[in-house]
Amino acid sequence: MGQDSPLLSIEHVSKEFYGNVVLHDVSFDLKAGEILGLVGENGAGKTTLMRILFGMPVIAETGGYKGRVLIDGAEVRFSSPFDALDAGIGMVHQEFSLIPGFSTTENIVLNRESMRPTFLNEVFGDRMSVLDRPDMRRRAEGAIAKLGVKLDPDMLVSEMPVGHKQFTEIAREINREKTRVLVLDEPTAVLTESEAEVLLVALRNLAKQGIAIIFISHRLHEVVAVADRIVVLRDGVAVKDTPASGVSVRDIASWMVGRSVQTDRVTEGEERSFGEEFLIVEHLWVDMPGETVRDVNLSVRKGEIFGIGGLAGQGKLGIPNGIMGLFPAGGSVSFHGKEAPLNDPRRVLEMGMAFVSEDRRGVGLLLDESLEWNIAFTAMQIQGGYLKPLLGGLLKLRDEAGMRKLTEEYVATLDIKCTSPAQKAKELSGGNQQKVCLAKAFALKPDLLFVSEPTRGIDVGAKKLVLDTLHKYNRDYGTTIVMVSSELEELRSICDRIAIVDEGRIAGILPPSAELAEFGLLMSGEKAEEAKEAGRA
Amino acid sequence: MRNLKQFITDFGWPRIIIFIFLVALFLAAPLVNVRLDSSLSDVINRFGQNAVFVLAMVPMIQSGCGLNFGLSIGIIAGLLGATISVQLGLTGFLGFFGALVIATPFAVLFGWLYGKLLNKVKGEEMTIAMYVGFAGVMFMCIMWLVLPYTAPTMIWGYAGKGLRTTITVEGFYRRVLNDFLAVRIGENFVFPTGEILFVAAAAFLLWVFMRTKTGTAITAVGSNPDYARASGISVDRMRTISVIISTILGAAGILVYQQSFGFIQLYTAPLSMPFAAVAAILIGGASVNKASMVNVIVGAFLFQGLLTMTPSVINSALQTDMSEVVRIIVSNGIIIYALTRKTKVAK
Ligand SMILES: Nc1ncnc2c1ncn2[C@@H]1O[C@H](COP(=O)(O)OP(=O)(O)OP(=O)(O)O)[C@@H](O)[C@H]1O
Ligand SMILES: [Mg+2]
Repeated sequence: MGQDSPLLSIEHVSKEFYGNVVLHDVSFDLKAGEILGLVGENGAGKTTLMRILFGMPVIAETGGYKGRVLIDGAEVRFSSPFDALDAGIGMVHQEFSLIPGFSTTENIVLNRESMRPTFLNEVFGDRMSVLDRPDMRRRAEGAIAKLGVKLDPDMLVSEMPVGHKQFTEIAREINREKTRVLVLDEPTAVLTESEAEVLLVALRNLAKQGIAIIFISHRLHEVVAVADRIVVLRDGVAVKDTPASGVSVRDIASWMVGRSVQTDRVTEGEERSFGEEFLIVEHLWVDMPGETVRDVNLSVRKGEIFGIGGLAGQGKLGIPNGIMGLFPAGGSVSFHGKEAPLNDPRRVLEMGMAFVSEDRRGVGLLLDESLEWNIAFTAMQIQGGYLKPLLGGLLKLRDEAGMRKLTEEYVATLDIKCTSPAQKAKELSGGNQQKVCLAKAFALKPDLLFVSEPTRGIDVGAKKLVLDTLHKYNRDYGTTIVMVSSELEELRSICDRIAIVDEGRIAGILPPSAELAEFGLLMSGEKAEEAKEAGRA
Repeated sequence: MRNLKQFITDFGWPRIIIFIFLVALFLAAPLVNVRLDSSLSDVINRFGQNAVFVLAMVPMIQSGCGLNFGLSIGIIAGLLGATISVQLGLTGFLGFFGALVIATPFAVLFGWLYGKLLNKVKGEEMTIAMYVGFAGVMFMCIMWLVLPYTAPTMIWGYAGKGLRTTITVEGFYRRVLNDFLAVRIGENFVFPTGEILFVAAAAFLLWVFMRTKTGTAITAVGSNPDYARASGISVDRMRTISVIISTILGAAGILVYQQSFGFIQLYTAPLSMPFAAVAAILIGGASVNKASMVNVIVGAFLFQGLLTMTPSVINSALQTDMSEVVRIIVSNGIIIYALTRKTKVAK
């Protein structure tokens, strides 16, 4: 096959969900060994397009699609992901699909385990074969090597840091001999910059071996760095299809939103003053799988925006999860001068803390319920809001009208893209689901807000909106914010101080204006002492 | 056009097909000399007789405990209430509501224990529930013999102790609900107003409860327990509450059933009842983790309608008396169909 004939073509694809058009007449080609960067705002239709390509059942269940998908010039119409896999398409989904209790190796070769025949085969057939573990391990190691990363083949998924999970998923896709097209839907959203860099190198490696890649990301500099060609979706229309060379992040951003976008420090030039020590954490340990916290001491002042960064798996995520009582924890936390109980989610919520979890589908959302429920539920349960008294207060029923009003308010302020406040959370695009999680926490009007990866999966425009909103709450209502993020740039754009976590301990605290290199040193666990001094200065 | 399509997808093909089949049975009935008015009367009566059981499925489905295959636990509480009420010699409305009041504390206690147990076996509630139901019924088989009941209408005449397998409620609370404000039209049609009112009241109370703060928390627990926990909800507590309510409704359900049917059935009689209720709610369009009042009413009506009409029409058409056989085939057939079709969990 010539290098020039396309391996995959998408021709005039359109898709609507019950009258809501999300893709309109999208066409593009993909050649072997080419990396295509697919970008667009939240809800632009990226994931939907990939679901069509991968034959996900949700597409057929919602009325199918128009247009054609061609592989090697022949039309394909997959009725299930298995057909897509057979045709050589591998997909790494926006949300993880690994089996937590299985090891890296087992996940990579899942459903394609190596078998060794036993004497029982003579009688009972193939079903009596046993697993050929050494061979499975060899294949898994092969796939990992092909990626060019370091993974422990025997580690259980439930104990892995997120970054490793992501690599495991990719290894699983490339372990299939047939894989010719690899689709990655926001694979870097959970990774820190340095981990993402490793992934990008791995992708270039794979492309050299002739695999065509579709790469979706909201981190536009990654797209610029890795893609050969860029396709921009805006409201379901492919508005741009251009070679990547010479294209800048700013160009892409303006194509995406149809106007120009800026990313500056939000709190620039503002006089910041803080109150007393508000949250004091001493000797905190948290047993969160993959994010163990060993011994954390820190204090946050009233009105401050405090950042926590660090590499995946070092424990930065464990800190808010432990304080909010979602994972077993110990040590002492005092809030407002009062001792905050650990392992008791209700009490800490009642004390005025709130949390936006990084695990939005697992902890953050009621996928099968409406946006109204998702946003108002916690406020109803903790503060007794959104209940209407009947029979002179004897009976209190859900105040559906109040919930709707609240939801409409946040749909407007956070620009949540939905058909109505009654839409189910699972029908929203990833980024819009993230905004719903934020709205839920804002609705509590907390004194202290923990946000974990607040802009994960959010597009450039919305990212600014979310950071601005956080900042606005901080300024207008005096909400103290502790923000945990993998993106150092984001932390530096909004935080007053940034703590870097390494091996379950705070390696150092730096002002946002500190040199990038200093952050880097702390993250790599070196010169912690030196940096501490810099933080004090 | 779009509205019709939307309506059909919402309502679901299985229900539409069953509904059309039911209509066909009604149309065919006069042709084989089955009286329409008495059939309709039967269907309505049986609907009222069974609807509370179907209602009992809702709280546990909503809280994520799945289908209550252990409904027999609630039925046992109801049977204790019924037998004690008869033993005390309460009659009429006092007999019925007395039985309900006596049954409730038993239902709360049993439901609480049953709920605790289900909290220990998350993910396998339905299997365990079935065992719990069986075990409860078997245990009570012994207890019915040894409990110190003395009312002569209830105990075995020759032995002088131990409860009979069927006990009439004639003279106690037979048909108290059915006959309350009953509307008789012609020879063969009676509308059991009191019974239907009771069902409506029970459904309304549950509907209201599911709209309270606790009811909302129960639904959220069923939808995503991790979300609920992060919102400060005690998942186990909400699940236990849902099991207790389901058990109370099971107890109320058997009392409604008895007053209409005319007999208290003891020993192994409660075993098969959960299955009929499970089948009805599934046919009504509920899934194992979402159920609404509409599912209850539509399901109870379709299931009982089929169960009443199929045997009588087929019998008359074939001129034989196989009604029991046909009834068993139809009801178990529907149960199997419903269970295989609708246990898919949307996640
Ligand atoms: N199952 C569904 N039912 C109804 N609407 C849906 C469904 N799935 C997606 N949508 C809608 O389709 C639109 C496109 O969603 P999609 O997930 O493709 O966006 P995306 O480009 O991947 O966004 P993000 O960057 O936020 O992940 C959204 O408006 C979303 O609400
Ligand atoms: Mg997406």
